[in-house]
Amino acid sequence: MAKLIAKKPCEGLLPIAAGDCSLTEVTPEAITSIAPAKGKEKSVSDALKKAHGMVFPAPNRATGKEGSRLIWTGRGQAFLVGPMPKAIAGAAMTDQSDAWAVLRLEGATAEDVLARLVPVDLRAATFKRGHTARTMLFHMSCSITRIGATAFDIMVFRSMANTAVHELSTAMKSVAAQAR
Amino acid sequence: MRIKGKGIAALTNPVKFSFDGQSYSGFESDTLASALLANDVQLVGRSFKYHRPRGILTAGSEEPNALVTTGRGAARTPNVRATMQEVFDGLEAHSQNNWPSLRTDVMGVNDLLSPFLSAGFYYKTFMWPKSFWEKLYEPIIRHAAGLGALSGQHDTGRYDKAYGFCDLLVIGAGPAGLIAALTAGRAGADVILADENPWLGGRLRAEVEEVGGMSGTDWVAEVAAELSTLPNVRIITRTTVTGVYDQGTYGALERVGLHRATSGDAPLETFWRIVAKRALLCSGALERPIAFRNNDRPGIMTAGAVRAYLNHWGVATGQRVAVFCNNDDAHRTARDLAEAGVEVAALIDTRPDAQASGDFPVFTGAEVVNTGGRLGLSQITIRHQGATQRIDADCLAVSGGWNPSLHLTCHMNGRPTWNDSIAAFVPQPGAAPGLDAAGAALGTFSTKGALKSGFYRAKLALDDLGLKVPEVPIPTSDDSAYVLTPHWTVPGKGRAWLDFQNDVTVKDVKLAAQENFRSVEHMKRYTTQGMATDQGKNSNVSALAVLADATGRSIAETGTTTFRPPYTPVSIAAMGAGAHGHGFAPERFTTSHAVSVERAAPMIEAGLWFRPSYFPRPGETTWRQSCDREVNMVRTAVGICDVSTLGKIDIQGRNAAEFLDFVYINTFSTLKEGRVRYGLMLREDGHVMDDGTTARLGQNHYVMTTTTAAAGAVMKHLEFVHQCLRPDWDLQMISVTEQWAQFAVAGPRSREVLNAVLDAPIDDQGFAFMACGEVGVMGTRGRLFRISFSGEHAYEVAVPARYGDSLFRLLVTHAEAMGGGAYGMEALNVLRIEKGHITHAEIHGRTTAFDIGFARMVSAKKDCIGQTMAARPGLTGPEREQLVGLRPVGVVKQLTAGAHLFNADAEAVRVNDQGYVTSVGYSPTLGHFLGLGFLKNGRARHGETIRMVDHLRGLDVICEVTDPVSVDPEGGRLRG
Repeated sequence: MAKLIAKKPCEGLLPIAAGDCSLTEVTPEAITSIAPAKGKEKSVSDALKKAHGMVFPAPNRATGKEGSRLIWTGRGQAFLVGPMPKAIAGAAMTDQSDAWAVLRLEGATAEDVLARLVPVDLRAATFKRGHTARTMLFHMSCSITRIGATAFDIMVFRSMANTAVHELSTAMKSVAAQAR
Repeated sequence: MRIKGKGIAALTNPVKFSFDGQSYSGFESDTLASALLANDVQLVGRSFKYHRPRGILTAGSEEPNALVTTGRGAARTPNVRATMQEVFDGLEAHSQNNWPSLRTDVMGVNDLLSPFLSAGFYYKTFMWPKSFWEKLYEPIIRHAAGLGALSGQHDTGRYDKAYGFCDLLVIGAGPAGLIAALTAGRAGADVILADENPWLGGRLRAEVEEVGGMSGTDWVAEVAAELSTLPNVRIITRTTVTGVYDQGTYGALERVGLHRATSGDAPLETFWRIVAKRALLCSGALERPIAFRNNDRPGIMTAGAVRAYLNHWGVATGQRVAVFCNNDDAHRTARDLAEAGVEVAALIDTRPDAQASGDFPVFTGAEVVNTGGRLGLSQITIRHQGATQRIDADCLAVSGGWNPSLHLTCHMNGRPTWNDSIAAFVPQPGAAPGLDAAGAALGTFSTKGALKSGFYRAKLALDDLGLKVPEVPIPTSDDSAYVLTPHWTVPGKGRAWLDFQNDVTVKDVKLAAQENFRSVEHMKRYTTQGMATDQGKNSNVSALAVLADATGRSIAETGTTTFRPPYTPVSIAAMGAGAHGHGFAPERFTTSHAVSVERAAPMIEAGLWFRPSYFPRPGETTWRQSCDREVNMVRTAVGICDVSTLGKIDIQGRNAAEFLDFVYINTFSTLKEGRVRYGLMLREDGHVMDDGTTARLGQNHYVMTTTTAAAGAVMKHLEFVHQCLRPDWDLQMISVTEQWAQFAVAGPRSREVLNAVLDAPIDDQGFAFMACGEVGVMGTRGRLFRISFSGEHAYEVAVPARYGDSLFRLLVTHAEAMGGGAYGMEALNVLRIEKGHITHAEIHGRTTAFDIGFARMVSAKKDCIGQTMAARPGLTGPEREQLVGLRPVGVVKQLTAGAHLFNADAEAVRVNDQGYVTSVGYSPTLGHFLGLGFLKNGRARHGETIRMVDHLRGLDVICEVTDPVSVDPEGGRLRG
């Protein structure tokens, strides 16, 4: 029997570049929400450490590294971004792999680009590598994680990928045009 | 006139620009004002009310007169201050508020009528008859009075919004601001230094002064060079901080591309929101004029502006310049002009004891009592030692002293205090939380004083921030005392202007006092003093002084009006940057969006989602034809509809079942795994909040669906219930709306279509009505629910969103092969009306479970949110408007949503109202219109005849009241 054809959230939209910034799509193998049951926070964190090599992140923090991260996404909730999840006892897990578009903004002026769309303080001194925030990308809710000195991973709803790319590309072009 | 060798601005890149169609040349570093003055253009506009000829008054953002319109077509911008607009090659500027031309303005006749046009004139005159005001008087007055006009087209310019964060925001880069930024910069603080000019230095660039043994300009360059090496200091020029808001938030407007012919992808302006732990207002001071007869003629300017044009741009503002003042500071104007070789006609100082000398006539204890000239100044009349004499002059530099630019300190409702020694208001300490002032903004006018003040106030801020204060020696600089004797007006006949922008004279303020508008706020509104784009920056204190005098109070007692944001005008386009047109809200596309667009389906917006209305086929010319076909298709064959937009909430945890029992009126703890149940939830006030189906996937695992419209609200509600009402419960929730692409497959042949894509075929026993489970969809793990919104044998099949496009195409192809196809929102709506299903048209926030006929669904065995409140008196019973079906039975066959219901024999007026219609549609299945609506005691009135009246669309229809369910009330079709 024929197979269904998969489409990426930003199919046909990315990559783009402007000035010293690039915007690319990240396609992790899986995104899984992990929410520890009441009283299981510690054991879930330990199990995650054992299964995936990283602990459950504190609020506004991400653990792990490129290719396998745990990103705090809300009260008692983190996303495992990257590997297929191993079974974690005591945690509610849902598949979020298809729910999010993951965009990577990278470049020396990435902070300036995001300053046009994101209302939180993303300066390197206050928003360091491994810091994450649930905030707004212009009018849409998003998750932003600093993954490097000049790189951010931005997650938005899949359905809004088109608008997100439009907003980011406009901001990238604006910042590039203002570079002197 | 440009003076060779004068001016510190780079006068190197020549540009051509035009004003009122006439071509002029200037330099890239010119403002429109400096370039026009260099070309000896004095007349630049007409006044608001009397259409008096007006010239440039100032050299800064406070300019009240020189407002021009730049650009053309959609890019036209009115009320641009010529003192802030930098010239560029090809700049087109036009004067405003005149016809047919600036030099010959017929509305100048208003000036002759001025005895009749004093303050309050309109209020008193155009009162009768009342209806004439809006229709006749106001339009005429508005036409005659005014500023520039909008283009009437959409603004096509690009604008940005941006956010900034810092430890210390320094507002203004004069001596106080520069030393403050340097101090904080060296301390390692994150600093934003904002200045509204394209350069740094403030007044130091307008004065001939030494700082630290070098020229003021060189000192500025030295500091600027050091600041640029500090990575923690960010300098944004051309940026006016416009407002102070809560939590240390500041609004600021940056002119990014307004000084360029084209800005490409860069915006014209950027509206900043800067969050600063501390801020220092170093905005300097504004010079105030003195009010005397005919003091508004082009060529009359503030003394400081004359020096700025001379020293910064090398422009002499006249050939013979007179100076009129009440303070020593303005003597510098005469000195600088004389040194530059410009003829100084006279220095007139109001103080008998003023000390002044120079190679020009000096009159102390003297006043300017009148001026002459048609479209510009040619002569002044002075009174000196009891006699008047005329002096030829084409420019008069006036100074009545300086007012600290303290406006921002008042934006959080702070009030300034009067300081007698400088005869001006000064900011109160702590007027706005986190905001301090320094230098001239604090009333310290000498350069040395400003530098000391800037350093000291920066030190205080750094102490607050816990940073070590570095060594910053205060350079040697001018420290001469600021000596003045207040002199607000020159007594005498004729009109003496206080507020140039609103044509408010001394007489108007006195009249306000005389007519008992003695409070400063009342005077402002009666005379319009201090309104419009300059917000009284030039006139405020002088007008207060006149009011104080007229009411026999001191200025301190009189007080000032409130300064509110913005400090200077902010383009609405900048504040709304990015949000025009499609940018207004994010667009949410389903995975089938591309297919729908390919099939030319018109889109309707459901919240942020775009959903197809219908899928037109060749030969169909109206939406009704497509809709009717799609309804028939579902009733007779099979239809495919994307229902991914419905909210899907994954609920897990030990208490998941109890939780659902608590939020729904009916019971979910008894639902078997692998089954789906319809549920209704109430708000806490007992009214219906939302409805949908919830499937039990496992012992402690449910998936709830919500309506598209209420998906966010329901999620919020569930979080509230969990976090605030039952935090003890073990529960995890997350939206999975975006994870799944979900399609309704509805109609007698739905199972056939499904079996074409399912890895293992289903049958009726294996997958009965209201069953659910995991299925393989062409090798992909999906979910299948046997539920129906159409009333047909139907399913909803879900696959991970990445496969949505692919599956939708396949399902439609299979359906079409069976005489079916895709259907849109219109058909979906008709199908559910035929079946009597509710949507948010019915559960609109004012209806209860009783109203919609679901009272029996409320489980008595448990409590639920809203149950108690729904039992309040008045929320049940025959007096309630209850859900009914409607069918036209008279001559008129059309029904409309929003129409009201009346008894057949009653007059169609409000008091006889019996209910209203919520949803209507033409039912191709039954061959007539169908409606749903709410009717008083409606369930007991099935079979009655009722009158539907739509006053808006002029419809009067006789209907029969029916059960809400019109098609298949027994539900035989559902079960296949």
